[in-house]
Amino acid sequence: MPDGRPSKIRPGQERYVARLEDTPLHDVGALDTTAPPESQWKEAWKQLRKNPLFWVSAVLLVFLAVVIAVPGLFTSNDPSFCQPGKSLAVSSPGHPLGFDRQGCDVYSRVIYGARASVAVGVFTTLIVALLGLVTGAVAGFYGGFLDALISRIGDIFYAIPLLLAAIVLLSALNNVWPNRGFWGSVLAIVLALGLFGWPQVTRIARGAVIETKQQEFVDAARALGATPRRNLLRHVVPNSLAPVIVTATVSLGVFIVAEATLSFLGLGLPTSIVSWGNDIAASQNQVRAGQRLGTMFWPAGALALTVFSFILLGDAVRDALDPKAKKR
Amino acid sequence: MSRDLNPDQPLLEVKDLHVGFAADKKTVVPAVIGANLSVYPGQTVAIVGESGSGKSTTAHAIIDLLPGTGRITGGQILFEGQDIAHARKSDIIALRGSSIGLVPQDPMSNLNPLWRVGTQIKESLEANGVAKGKAADARVVELLEEAGLPDAERRAQQYPHEFSGGMRQRALIAMGLAARPKLLIADEPTSALDVTVQKQILDHLDRLTDELGFAVLLITHDLGLAAERADHLVVMYRGQVVESGPALEILQDPQHPYSKRLVSSAPSLASQRLSSVQARAEVREQAVQTAAEIAAEVATHDDELGEGRGTIVEAKDLTKVFKIRGGRPGQSTDFTAVDQVSFQLERGTTTAIVGESGSGKSTVARMVLGLLDATSGSVEFDGVDITTLRKKDQQLALRRQMQPVFQNPYASLDPMYSIYRSIEEPLRLHGVGTAKERETKIRDLLDKVSLPASVMTRYPNELSGGQRQRVAIARALALDPEVVICDEAVSALDVLVQAQILTLLNELQSELGLSYLFITHDLAVVRQIADNVLVMQNGKVVEQSTVSEVFENPREDYTRMLLDAIPGGSIPLGVVEAGDDV
Repeated sequence: MPDGRPSKIRPGQERYVARLEDTPLHDVGALDTTAPPESQWKEAWKQLRKNPLFWVSAVLLVFLAVVIAVPGLFTSNDPSFCQPGKSLAVSSPGHPLGFDRQGCDVYSRVIYGARASVAVGVFTTLIVALLGLVTGAVAGFYGGFLDALISRIGDIFYAIPLLLAAIVLLSALNNVWPNRGFWGSVLAIVLALGLFGWPQVTRIARGAVIETKQQEFVDAARALGATPRRNLLRHVVPNSLAPVIVTATVSLGVFIVAEATLSFLGLGLPTSIVSWGNDIAASQNQVRAGQRLGTMFWPAGALALTVFSFILLGDAVRDALDPKAKKR
Repeated sequence: MSRDLNPDQPLLEVKDLHVGFAADKKTVVPAVIGANLSVYPGQTVAIVGESGSGKSTTAHAIIDLLPGTGRITGGQILFEGQDIAHARKSDIIALRGSSIGLVPQDPMSNLNPLWRVGTQIKESLEANGVAKGKAADARVVELLEEAGLPDAERRAQQYPHEFSGGMRQRALIAMGLAARPKLLIADEPTSALDVTVQKQILDHLDRLTDELGFAVLLITHDLGLAAERADHLVVMYRGQVVESGPALEILQDPQHPYSKRLVSSAPSLASQRLSSVQARAEVREQAVQTAAEIAAEVATHDDELGEGRGTIVEAKDLTKVFKIRGGRPGQSTDFTAVDQVSFQLERGTTTAIVGESGSGKSTVARMVLGLLDATSGSVEFDGVDITTLRKKDQQLALRRQMQPVFQNPYASLDPMYSIYRSIEEPLRLHGVGTAKERETKIRDLLDKVSLPASVMTRYPNELSGGQRQRVAIARALALDPEVVICDEAVSALDVLVQAQILTLLNELQSELGLSYLFITHDLAVVRQIADNVLVMQNGKVVEQSTVSEVFENPREDYTRMLLDAIPGGSIPLGVVEAGDDV
């Protein structure tokens, strides 16, 4: 204590002053004007670029996009041209993966099947993200009765198993709208999955919005005279997007699997449409009988790889947007 | 009851310590560069520095608790003559707790919420082999009593959430001292606490040091506090020790330019200087004059809100009652956060509202701003009751006249908005000017708050706390308001930055004739910025007077207690005065 106690200076505690040359003073709060300006998104992109997971998934997904856009580049065989005589035949020149029970080329069916699976995944994710963001933002921002109403409705939808609900809905739809073509069939599944998939995103968005709306910049905007609506749209929603994007990217894989499951059960895409789910369903008899496992392996493998890529991408995006969640 | 330690042998010696953090595989960012310090048995040594100075890193290196990629890249740490910088992990673990105790910074996050407080202290007793079972339980109660917790037996059975911040810090001190270490490292032990609680805890720690004879290494950003509590000071700046020596000597005669800056800016020290009182009087004189001209103009114009009165904001019997959910659904109890608060803010002056957490000071600010509806009472802006403003254009007119600056510079700017957009937002909202005119205005505003125009394209995450606070001030001034409400506007900043922002606020006040309502928990800064002060406690105003009256002649015990709690307030100062800094 500095109160009059006799204090003798001990070795190692003599008065020391560093030379100014060794410890130069810097301006208080000086600004580094040399570095280029960076927004949060730009910084996230920089993080993303450094992540090998991102590059692995990006390469796989770009490849997938090319497969969907120009399947003709990879195979000259028509996936629906089937020769009953070649049923379960092994691979031959031009047909690297052999033939399925109906005698269709497995390789070309895997290539052409990507389109339906990915279309269902992407569109369902978009619908779910949009529905979830709107409901979650409204519930979280306005609170009170609206919040209670939206949250309880969400809970009810959440309580119904996604697949069960989709099965009921699709079988009902089959009676009213039996022949709906490729896009009609995709739309039906997207609606069925979307209708029951949104509450998960709502919860995430609601939580993020509640956290954001308590920040001081929202109060600052209110004090500037911003209306609640402007505040919600201009400040709160943009700052709550990151967790929604992350959830959506990860759930994309889940929806692709759900489509395959529905098709496997005969309720998804009609058998006339080439899809991985349909091919997996068609091959189940061979698997039971132990014949030609490849007929199931290839579509199932393509499905797994696609889902894996989207989940990898989701993880990489999460690491970039939310560095706190990253394992160190 | 000091143990057999030779008082002339240093207990801890840090010699030429270098610590670095690996940024990636190749580059190491240095955090501590060649630090030297010694601690003798029974002594209190303080490391002082701003955030990023390396003071906490030095402390953590001593007990080998460096976070993340940090590691010691050179030098020695001798504890009782043994080098612990290069010791085996198991030896250091044996040393922790039993020979070197730690009181961490944040009492809120350093206790496990799932465990009873007593169990957590018992754990540190058992881990160090001091006591076991029943004996340990009894010891826990003794330790809590020793740390100054009343009713220790019952408290030991409680969970952390049942403790206040001060009580948690006492529990952490009990834990740090459980195994009777020879050295206690206290890392900003009270910076999260109210000033009066801070004083109680530090006083108690002082008493324990005298009784038990352990040495303390105190890490703090507050020079006043360090000088008051420590025998020996070590001033760190950007990873280097710039000055060290006897505490009083450094405070009265700082040699290094950085220490000089610190001594002249520390609010606890600056508040006792007469020069800051004079400077404030000059600011007020100029501001009142400018404000009177503005008032005369407002009085003759009909399009502006207000009548041009001398009293620009008047709060009458402001009361806010919050409903708190009760034990059963539908049941609730009333909590009066603000109770009949009245005050007047004169044009061109500053009224400060001072109080500890929970005093209701920020609630008053939010009601004056119209962000929160008052339960009863009224706020008049220049003769107009703001609760009667229902029309949108009238409300917008009020917004133009009264603007806030908030506490947390990291949260008060939208991270998605560039600085340009942030400052432009008020202009857009109120439809001021064309795009070209708005840009001129923004450049002008940035110039006013001493930021280069190049900052416009940047985003908040690229700026330091002080720079962000300048941007927040620029945004608040964009609509040429008459009143600015600063809600703890400098509390989250380092002392030097804090001093700069206070100077800026004073300059702006005299130049633009602004009136400030200044909310703060820190009575020390009040003298540099305010003319009148309200002291609040538990929602009520306990004392209301001019600043000089409150400082020189406080009438209430509570005010006196707050004044006494300003660290370093009683230390006689040397010749350095504000403005002498290099």
